[in-house]
Amino acid sequence: MSDHFVLGRDHLQGLFDALKARGYQVLGPTLRDGAIVYDELNSADELPVGWTDEQNGGTYRLKKRNDRACFGYVVGPHSWKRFLYPPAVRLWQATRNGKGFQILEDKPAKKKMAFIGVRACELHAMAIQDKVFLGGPALDCHYQARRDGIFVLAVNCGQAGNTCFCSSMGTGPKADSGFDLALTEILEGDEHYFVAEMGTELGREVLSGIPQKAASAAQVERAKAIHAATATQMGRSMDTTGIKELLYANSEHPRWEEVAARCLTCANCTMVCPTCFCSTVEDVTDLTGEHAERWRKWDSCFTTDFSYIHGGSVRATAKSRYRQWMTHKLGTWIDQFGSSGCVGCGRCITWCPVGIDITEEVRAIRGGVSPVGAGNSGKERHDTNT
Amino acid sequence: MIQTLEGIVSEHPFFKGLEEQYIKLVAGCAKNVRFDEGQIIFREGDAADQFYFIREGLVAVELMIPHRGFTTLQTVGEGDVLGWSWLMPPYRWRFGARTLQPTRALAFDGKCLRTKCDEDHDLGYELLKRFTFVVTERLEATRLQLLDLYGAPA
Amino acid sequence: MAPQLENSIAARTGADPMVPEIYCIQRLRHETDDTFTIELATVNGNGGFSFLPGQFNMIYVFGVGEVPISISSDPQNVKTFEHTTRIVGAVTRSMGHLKKGDFLGVRGPYGTHWPVEQAEGRDVIIVTGGIGLAPLRPALYYLMAHREKYHKIVLLYGARTPEDILYRRELERWRSKFDLEIQVTVDRGTRGWRGNVGVVTTMIGRSPFDSTNAVAMACGPEVMMRFAVMEFQRRGLSTQDIFLSMERNMKCAIGFCGHCQYGPAFICKDGPVFRFNRIEPIFGKAEI
Repeated sequence: MSDHFVLGRDHLQGLFDALKARGYQVLGPTLRDGAIVYDELNSADELPVGWTDEQNGGTYRLKKRNDRACFGYVVGPHSWKRFLYPPAVRLWQATRNGKGFQILEDKPAKKKMAFIGVRACELHAMAIQDKVFLGGPALDCHYQARRDGIFVLAVNCGQAGNTCFCSSMGTGPKADSGFDLALTEILEGDEHYFVAEMGTELGREVLSGIPQKAASAAQVERAKAIHAATATQMGRSMDTTGIKELLYANSEHPRWEEVAARCLTCANCTMVCPTCFCSTVEDVTDLTGEHAERWRKWDSCFTTDFSYIHGGSVRATAKSRYRQWMTHKLGTWIDQFGSSGCVGCGRCITWCPVGIDITEEVRAIRGGVSPVGAGNSGKERHDTNT
Repeated sequence: MIQTLEGIVSEHPFFKGLEEQYIKLVAGCAKNVRFDEGQIIFREGDAADQFYFIREGLVAVELMIPHRGFTTLQTVGEGDVLGWSWLMPPYRWRFGARTLQPTRALAFDGKCLRTKCDEDHDLGYELLKRFTFVVTERLEATRLQLLDLYGAPA
Repeated sequence: MAPQLENSIAARTGADPMVPEIYCIQRLRHETDDTFTIELATVNGNGGFSFLPGQFNMIYVFGVGEVPISISSDPQNVKTFEHTTRIVGAVTRSMGHLKKGDFLGVRGPYGTHWPVEQAEGRDVIIVTGGIGLAPLRPALYYLMAHREKYHKIVLLYGARTPEDILYRRELERWRSKFDLEIQVTVDRGTRGWRGNVGVVTTMIGRSPFDSTNAVAMACGPEVMMRFAVMEFQRRGLSTQDIFLSMERNMKCAIGFCGHCQYGPAFICKDGPVFRFNRIEPIFGKAEI
């Protein structure tokens, strides 16, 4: 679908209202705790207007822009997975009943959520998680219930971040599919508007009550120019040629020891990664022992217990756990789900306390090592994308 | 047709590749032996002048442990080689061997073979090569046994 | 071939696959001091439970937790089914205190099964160690029930001590009733034990199966399986004809929690039974 419309900056609130009127809970970016996070928004004023983020390995800072862009940042520590696949979900409750017990399922709430400001990389991440939770022999009904109801308002990035490499991964910066509406924010002199691309009939319908006009060819070109410029600004890059085979063949590469010496196994990367899906199941009771609950909670392959079988953990060393995470994300994921698990959002680089850079680790295993800790500004050494 | 000792020796996998003259020599030092169930083949401490190829049956390699009695460490059966103490001084058995079932074996005069190996080093090399293989296999198996793999998890 | 399997996940689309069905304990038998067998039946007496040999269930003890345990009974019996397990943690320990008439939650059956079809018309060599015999017991039942479809069947079973030998009476019965060769060995003999002493893998070399036409199935500690595979290969078996049952940490058993990953495979859905050539590249690699 390629019809383009122009939406004025002032009409953004109208879009919020239209969604609320249709029963959606509006979720989007907002400033909190020194970061741009995703939370419930009551109005368009709660967007991080005039703010941007500066990111690098182990670094995230908010900075004021010299304009009033609403979406002038990249990605923060949150990803949309926290709404589709919440960190803690109760699956069922049970009560003792004589010698036995009865189980009461927690029917997943059919919530309608509207996601505002979804990046191209995040759209790919959602599609990747769809394959995990909906594409296999079993269906995750909790994920399905949440996923079915959503409205996706994508916003194409107006600039790339220092830890971004979606171009390398083929996941951006332009949103191609998976959205109801996609906006590109344009600030030209006194003008501030959005070029809106329809993604679905639902998108068209939601936009129908809001004043809009068809975009001119020049405006569409302006949007395209922004997408093209963003693609050249990527702070990082990753050569994904034969990456699965590369990692399979190098399980004993000395680089794993080297990265293990830095890795704290803190699991930050798995928490912020928009595709990481590992979970644990907790069976708990109350103090009386009469009531039990089963909860599903986020888990991380970086914990020592993750691979525990009677007697000990299979992956006891930090080396084996880092290797597992990276080999899975970039390699075995392809065999399991037909695509890479990485969307090039750069969160793992930004939120790693010691700044481990997954693109750097791949480069090292290929054999081209740059000095550890050299923040790659990306202007030099832009590897060819796949 | 009753197989000659030479025939049995030349067909045995242990002697595969051994020159014909050595096969004759080795066969000349061999004889068929038979044990009933529960019979002692050799005792700990006895002079180790023989070794055996088990052709049929089951033999326990054992140690006498005070207040535990005769304890079987490993069993050997058809196709296994029993005994290598004849190769090294002081040429005494460190373990005992007792049959658990009626057993037939080929018994070799180790003392005689020792002398022949000293005289002909080529023969010595051939025999030692083969015995080393047997000992390594037994060692690997013993290591696995020591792991107590089916035991309670750590 | 194999009994029709109504995969319980597929049969219940729409239902949450993380919710157990409740089953009633018919019997709990202590096999050794740390191993027991429970027999389960449906609560209301109707319906049944079918599975393929090699599959497992997730068993839930109210308020304690849930663990994966291989199903160890005769697959032809759909009225009840059994699990033999060692006590290795909180869940199995509390399970071992339960009695007839108590209840457990069951999710399953899950996983791939032993290649009873592929083995038709061939010799079958089964090598197990310790509790590894339990997941192969259903395969043995199946082979016995279809004895004419197979050539020579050999079971090599290694136990820790004579007291730890499982299913003794059954093994005796099979040995005498069917053309099934069984060799049992122990790692440590005790007084009065007149049988083999030594690791089970040493018996593979001289086992009377036709290496040119055999399928091997092995289950036990990973180290034991590693050496068993070496012995199978030494006998000339191809990696396409060797099958192992692998084990890793499991939380969901339906491919979501990620814990059971073994290289690219999920042990819950791509295993636990694997044809060896599939896992050969990573088998035995440290900390995979």
